[in-house]
Amino acid sequence: MSVREKFDYELNSAQEQLILLSNMAVNALTKAVDALAAHDIDAALEVIEDDSDINQLEEEINDRVILLIAKQSPVATDLRRLIVIIKVATDMERVGDYAVNIAKETIRIGKEELLSPITEIQEMHRLATAMLNRVIEAFIEEDIVKAKEIAELDDQVDALYGEVINKLLVAGAQNPDKISQITQLAFVCRYMERSADHATNIAEQLFYLVRGRHYDLNK
Amino acid sequence: MTTIKASKTKPVPTFKQDKKSVYLTKQLNLWYGDNHALKNIDLDIKENEVTAIIGPSGCGKSTYIKTLNRMVELVPSVKTSGEILYRDRNIFDKDYGVEELRTRVGMVFQKPNPFPKSIYDNIAYGPRIHGIKNKKILNEIVEKSLRGAAIWDEVKDRLDQNAYSLSGGQQQRICIARALAIEPDVILMDEPTSALDPISTLKIEELVQELKKDYSIIIVTHNMQQAARISDKTAFFLNGEVIEYDETDVIFSNPADKRTEDYISGRFG
Repeated sequence: MSVREKFDYELNSAQEQLILLSNMAVNALTKAVDALAAHDIDAALEVIEDDSDINQLEEEINDRVILLIAKQSPVATDLRRLIVIIKVATDMERVGDYAVNIAKETIRIGKEELLSPITEIQEMHRLATAMLNRVIEAFIEEDIVKAKEIAELDDQVDALYGEVINKLLVAGAQNPDKISQITQLAFVCRYMERSADHATNIAEQLFYLVRGRHYDLNK
Repeated sequence: MTTIKASKTKPVPTFKQDKKSVYLTKQLNLWYGDNHALKNIDLDIKENEVTAIIGPSGCGKSTYIKTLNRMVELVPSVKTSGEILYRDRNIFDKDYGVEELRTRVGMVFQKPNPFPKSIYDNIAYGPRIHGIKNKKILNEIVEKSLRGAAIWDEVKDRLDQNAYSLSGGQQQRICIARALAIEPDVILMDEPTSALDPISTLKIEELVQELKKDYSIIIVTHNMQQAARISDKTAFFLNGEVIEYDETDVIFSNPADKRTEDYISGRFG
């Protein structure tokens, strides 16, 4: 294997690990929200337990990329690709952390009957995971048109977030005994909204990778 | 869908137009017999900058740098067309004396090539040829040149020793000092560190950074990271053509031409 082939092989391996990490994080998010809706404490505990795998994979990716930079002195697109891998790995690892947080809220809420906004929370989850899944696709294909569409979906998530928080405030006034659950659900909404923001971050990184310039897709 | 604009904090510096050109090459062509070695070269090289020339073996980069002081004419069957303006004057003009050009343009080669003489005589050689006989003035030139080449402290106590007694890295700095002794305007460097160890290489690189304050430096290098580290502008040559010439920051972060990217990323060459 030539030096260049070895570099490409290592780069591809890091990319494959990143895709694996992304899928693990998105699956954790889905499992956490499903566990919340189903009051499934066991599933929530699994989400918390499995997060160490995500963290470990992120570390492996970072180590691999740092070693590649140190040994091969990559430049231009190669260098951007490696830097973007590290950044996307951080974003995805954070999504995994949100899944853990949601799992913890699930455990706190326990068997208590959920208030109505849970359907909107599930809708937020649907949008956020759609964004994350599509941004992974866009990343694999290095498709910035797709990346731009993902960023536009973020507006829907933000709008929904505002809506659900309002509903939770109204519900809080009507059900003062459920104020604890309402707070937990508000946090869950926040985690979902943040997850969608991370998808937007990744879309921006993709623009940087392809174009070599920084773009703000949040405008 | 709204159009997206890149942020204004782009890392791409714009060409500074206020610097004067030291060498302006216009439509330069060069043939070795039938071999068309340089093709329509246009390059604007600015003063007090380090300009790196990179490219695979046989791309014409050494030929180009040797054309800048007309050393290439030593090769029989060389033919050129086009212009190279050095300080606004075409160096190919019939009344342009090659000796005059070479007192303004010093050169350092791949392998250190000191004369088989003492360190002192190596440096004093050029000034003596130019008629300087006064011992005091020569002493001053020797010290100043050796200091300029960052080697004075290492040799000041043994100036009468043969230059061959020095290490390769030291010999190369002696050669740079020898070039400085004639107070040139430009220093051409043809792979000046390719025969040196990493520490000596680092010293030469630091020296180049220091020298650009007073001189314009054009350096041919096979070491891409070296070009990235020390140059202000980089020209990428391929098959006798300039493929891309831009700020070094641009060449190594976001080159415009795919061939440049392929070369600096190690995909060929």
